[in-house]
Amino acid sequence: MDQATLVIKAADNRASEPALTVTLQGSWTIGSKLPGPDLLAVQASNNPVTRVVFEAAESFSWDSRLLAWLMAAQRQLGSCSFDLSALPGEVGELFRLANSVPASQARSAVPATLQQKMFAGVARLGDEALGLLAFIGDLFLALGRWLIGKSSARWLDILSFCHQSGPSALAIITLQSVLIGMILAYLGVVQLRQFGAEVYVANLVGVGMVREMGALMTAVIMSGRTGAAYAAGLGTMQVNEEIDALTTLGIRPMDNLVLPRTLALLLTMPLLCLYSNVLGMLGGGLVATSMDVTWLLYLHQLRDAITVTDMATGVFKSFIFALLIAMAGCRAGLECGRSSAAVGQATTRAVVTALIYLIVADAGLNILFFHLGV
Amino acid sequence: MDQDVAIDVHHLTMMYGSNLIQSDLNFQVRRGDVFVIMGGSGCGKSTLLKHMIGLYQPAAGEILFDGCSYFSASPARQLAMRQRWGVTYQGGALFSDKTLAENVAMPLEEYTNLNRRDIADMVRYKLALVGLAGFEQFYPAQISGGMCKRAGLARAIALDPDILFFDEPSAGLDPLSARRLDDLILQLGQSTGATVVIVTHELASIFAIGSNGIYLDAVSKTQLATGSPRYMLDHCDARVKEFLTRGDYENDKTPVQ
Repeated sequence: MDQATLVIKAADNRASEPALTVTLQGSWTIGSKLPGPDLLAVQASNNPVTRVVFEAAESFSWDSRLLAWLMAAQRQLGSCSFDLSALPGEVGELFRLANSVPASQARSAVPATLQQKMFAGVARLGDEALGLLAFIGDLFLALGRWLIGKSSARWLDILSFCHQSGPSALAIITLQSVLIGMILAYLGVVQLRQFGAEVYVANLVGVGMVREMGALMTAVIMSGRTGAAYAAGLGTMQVNEEIDALTTLGIRPMDNLVLPRTLALLLTMPLLCLYSNVLGMLGGGLVATSMDVTWLLYLHQLRDAITVTDMATGVFKSFIFALLIAMAGCRAGLECGRSSAAVGQATTRAVVTALIYLIVADAGLNILFFHLGV
Repeated sequence: MDQDVAIDVHHLTMMYGSNLIQSDLNFQVRRGDVFVIMGGSGCGKSTLLKHMIGLYQPAAGEILFDGCSYFSASPARQLAMRQRWGVTYQGGALFSDKTLAENVAMPLEEYTNLNRRDIADMVRYKLALVGLAGFEQFYPAQISGGMCKRAGLARAIALDPDILFFDEPSAGLDPLSARRLDDLILQLGQSTGATVVIVTHELASIFAIGSNGIYLDAVSKTQLATGSPRYMLDHCDARVKEFLTRGDYENDKTPVQ
């Protein structure tokens, strides 16, 4: 294939319209190497011209690459007009088509200064807090409407979400709980063995699971499993304009979409938490009984260690966690943008905010329980 | 083998599982044609297009490009064939996490050895060609539906394809924008010498740009006619005429312009 070259004939300054004549030679195609478009600009700056006439040499082939080159050259030459009539007709046609719509001056986004970014960050934090409060308010209004029977939330929806977030999650909760129980037991056994008090591993596992780990770890799993699913589902509905359709039908998305999901999670999470507690203690027992504590002793010790109050604090926690996960998931989904990339962002946001809520709420509740003495 | 035939379809049968969509389709698309696939809703127009671009495998029959079937070709040959096709989808199908410039640059980065500056020049040219000069740094979510379609077209023509496939290019556009897009398709087809295959049920488009076409029937599940839209209007089955005249061919023989 021929190298692409151009021959520039110097402008005739005496003519009324000073023009450059450029002869294009060789293959001006995607696979070949082209001379830089600034060659022309250099030539033109020496000899001011108003017109550039292009001609084709004997051996000359072209594709889009030539047009892209011509456009780049024209941008650099500024006010020069290009005469392409001596080139193949299609080149002139495509060049005209590409120049038929003037370039838009619109800007997609103006890069912000550091100061502006900081102000925007603080403002966003404020918006976030207000948005969260508004969402909680909306959610409780929806709950109120549901309780007095004026809501479009349907039991069938609630049950189907219960199935999704309850029985379907049992397998992963089982695995997680047994392993957490075993981990607690191993931690305890190593320490307690120094005092010959291995039997107290039952207290550690029991209280640890019931008051803390059962609720928290279940919530972590559910925020990744169900919270993310809520955000992705609602986000996709937002992209498909389904949420707009609901609103224009006079159905509140809060009643029809958010409330069933939240209620389902509120119903299933405490149950999952209790299930997780039992399995965690079982897992701890597996470790304890492998180290000269009998099952009978372990269970007896457990019965003495755990009070109903302990159980209640754990279940109460999981109730609060369920509310937080559902809120984070649904809110991220409802506020999702209108593109497929936005759905991914909404899902990430749902999980991250849910985890932050969980940790903060857990710390707060523990402090509260301590001061209340429960 | 006739040198003028770009796509040759023999006895094509299309099915979704055990559900028959269309059977025994026979037609040829000649080089430089603007070939219109038409028919009522649900007759399998888009399905036929997806068979032609190799997304679905035919249940029976063959689709030959220059005498070569996509599905019996080697993987390397399949890739080479794909690079000669440009496809635009109904909603544009732009990658929403990339700017318009990055969308159009993608095939260029993948399949050519151009450097960054040359790719930027090519992208500017392709976007200018579809009337989107200056929108390089916009994300698909920031521009209108019609602009998304045109940007999709810019991405489809990035590699100067020999065959351009369009799925409902004017669906959802106002009549003027639809007309402009039709003109653009026609001009691009003529000046790049590309063959155009287009799925549409817009009568205005069919008569304005179609030089050849096929009519698929949803009831008999096969083709009722092939040929140019005007030929079909004058010579074919009453069902085709009814479609091409919006159902009132008894009173009015002139097509929508």
